[in-house]
Formats: sequence, C-alpha cells, structure tokens
Amino acid sequence: MTGEVNVEQVKELLNGVLDPEIPALTIADLGILRDVVFKDGIFEITITPTFTGCPAMGVIEQDIDEVLRLEGITNFKIKTVMAPAWTTDWMSDEGKRKLKEYGIAPPSVSTEDHLKAMITGKKHAVQCPFCNSMSTRLTSPFGSTACKALHYCDSCQQPFEEFKCH
Amino acid sequence: MNKATISFEEALFEYCLRLGDTSLIMGQRLSEWCGHAPYLEEDIAISNFALDYIGQARIILSYAGKVEDKGRNEDSLAYLRDALQFRNLLMAEQPNGDFGTTVMKQYLIGVYNFHLYSLLQKSKDSEIAAFAAKSLKEVAYHVRHSGDWVSRLGDGTDESKKRIQDAIEDLWYFVDDMFQIDDVETMLLSNGVAADLNEVKKLWTATVTDKFKTVSLTIPEVNNAMRLDSRKGNHTEHLGYILAEMQVLPRSYPDAKW
Repeated sequence: MTGEVNVEQVKELLNGVLDPEIPALTIADLGILRDVVFKDGIFEITITPTFTGCPAMGVIEQDIDEVLRLEGITNFKIKTVMAPAWTTDWMSDEGKRKLKEYGIAPPSVSTEDHLKAMITGKKHAVQCPFCNSMSTRLTSPFGSTACKALHYCDSCQQPFEEFKCH
Repeated sequence: MNKATISFEEALFEYCLRLGDTSLIMGQRLSEWCGHAPYLEEDIAISNFALDYIGQARIILSYAGKVEDKGRNEDSLAYLRDALQFRNLLMAEQPNGDFGTTVMKQYLIGVYNFHLYSLLQKSKDSEIAAFAAKSLKEVAYHVRHSGDWVSRLGDGTDESKKRIQDAIEDLWYFVDDMFQIDDVETMLLSNGVAADLNEVKKLWTATVTDKFKTVSLTIPEVNNAMRLDSRKGNHTEHLGYILAEMQVLPRSYPDAKW
C-alpha cells in the first residue's frame, strides 16, 4: 500500500500499538508517540521515553515496525527524542479514564506541583481506582515498572498501582 | 587543563562526562544491592534508582560521543575507558557500606543532582537542558525516598542513629569534590551551558542542613577533605574495582551482543 498511504493512515495504524507494560493504553494515549511527518518519501515517527531507563522502548520500536511492515509500509524511520521531556501532563483524559478502568490510579497532580512537593517530602493523596476512596496509603513508591507506585486502599482493602506523576 | 588549549567542544565533552559518569557509577554501585536489600520493596526501590541512573548515563554519554565526534558511543565510553578517564564524583564511587551509608550517599548525591538539574533545565545547550528536565523528575523520587530513610534512621534507634551519623562523617570527606570549579565549568558557565556550582552549593547546603536539623544529625567539621580531584580523573582506589567488574564482559568479548 506504499505510495498511496498518507500521514493520517500511518497515525491510524500506530493507534493500534499498545504500551507493552500497560496494554490498556496505546502509545498515543500515553503521549509516547510524539509525531508522524512525511518528508522526502519517508515517514518519520517520533517517540519519547517516559523514564530515561524505560526498558520498554525497544519493544515499542519493534511493535511499530511490525504494525507498519504488516501493511507493507517500509519507508519509515523511528526517531527517539528527549526534548521536550515527557510528562504525565500529556496523558489524554481518555488515557487516564482507560488507566483507571484497568485498575491503575492515573496521575492526579500536575508535574510542577508534584516536583515542589518532592523536595519537601510531602505526599499527595491518591484515589483508589476501584472504590474511589481517598483513604489510601503508599506501600511502596516503586512498583513493577519504573512508572508505577504501590498503594493500599483502607476502604475496600485492595492493593493497587498508581501511575506516578512525572 | 590549560585554558589556552581547551576548545569549547572539548569542554562540553568533559562536562557531559562529569554528568554521565556520576550517574553511571551510581547506577553500577546501587545495582550491587539487587537481591540484598533489607526487604522486597526496598530491593525494588534501589533497583529502580539504579535503572534511572543507567538510563540517565546512557542519554548524556551518547551525547558526549556525538560532541567528541570520534566515533565513540555510550557503550564504548562506559566500557572502554580506564579510571583516569572517568569524571564521576568521588562520592559516587565510594563503597555501599551498610544500608545507612547507601541511604546517605543516595541522599547527598540526590539533592545535588536535584539542584544541579533544576538549574541545567535552563542550559543554552538544548540536549543538556532536555537531559536535565527529564532526569530531574526521576531524581525527585530519589530525594524523597532517601530523605524519608534519613529521617527514619535519624529518628530511629540509637544504633540506626549512630550508623547514619557515621555515614555522614565518612562521606563528608568527599563533599568538597562536588563543588570544585575549574576551567571547564567557568568556560561553560560563561556560555550559559553549565550550571553555577556555587549556586548549587548554596541550595544543596540549605536543603541538607534543614533536613539534618529535623532529625538532629550533625554536619561534621572536615579540615582534611579529600584532595583528589575527580575532574582531572584522580580517583580513590575504589573506582578501578568497579570498572573491572563492569567492563569485564565487553573487554573480554569485544563484539559480544546481549
């Protein structure tokens, strides 16, 4: 289908690429997919990592590669950029809704407020994604992936994960 | 290093090594804890920090390679340089010691990075600014977590208090080294690329002093600070052992892929 494909169709295809560690969300929902442009006969796909050491980046690149090649698209390159730095502020409302539905508390404060609180050691209350209670506590600031923390809900007595403000 | 002979690119390369090597050595040191931390959550936390540090090192060393323009990438810079070519802070290479020492080192360097990266976000070098903005958010978690531990150990038992205070005494010899300003720093500061280490020192001292006050830990008088200079590649004996372990595979099997 090369030749007739346009940027919109490539974007549409990439909407099918899920985050390998949180497969409820697409890389577009998360803001990992920054841009797709067509230049000199090549689709340039720009992605950015959530955390500097995110081990999922390699898999994401492979997944993009596979989705496009399955459609016969080979004239593309994937570019990883660091600037501007990824932030949870970019996560779409749709993304946050899907995250909560999946059982992960979405980031609830802005990155700026979050940074200010960090240096003083203050912690913000996190809403339980299951019962919406605010009486929850942090059990571990680090979880199964670099981008998540572990909490416990004192109301419904369920452990849950939070997507950390970043 | 002679002022007359150093070019802007050379200075920028040096500066990137300083940022990247401190992260790399911190990451390597912390990964020694993997599987040995006091309990599972802490093991995960320390491994997370190590991962952050290695990720940060990768970004800035890869940029260093581009600045140098001699065909070296982040891997060749990490694995194929010797101790004399490393520019990490002396504190970073110190042994993990007990958990208190690990926590204190993590805290002191975490606060340092927090203030350094806050300033570097405004660097005129867009790659360094992006690196700083990105890393800052990770470092914030390091500061909060290690800061929590400093409070807990400082406010804990007599034993925990003694150990965390001992850690401060041991590590304080390497504080001077964190704020040394040489020709590279001066040149890049005047170009708006580097952060002012005097400013970092002011902010760092304020944060650390406030923290120590809340848990009655004391800052020791150090009259004989370590005179080695990490900026010139003069390291303590510990770095060579770290490199030997970290580099053995790529040095033994130069084209190994894993």
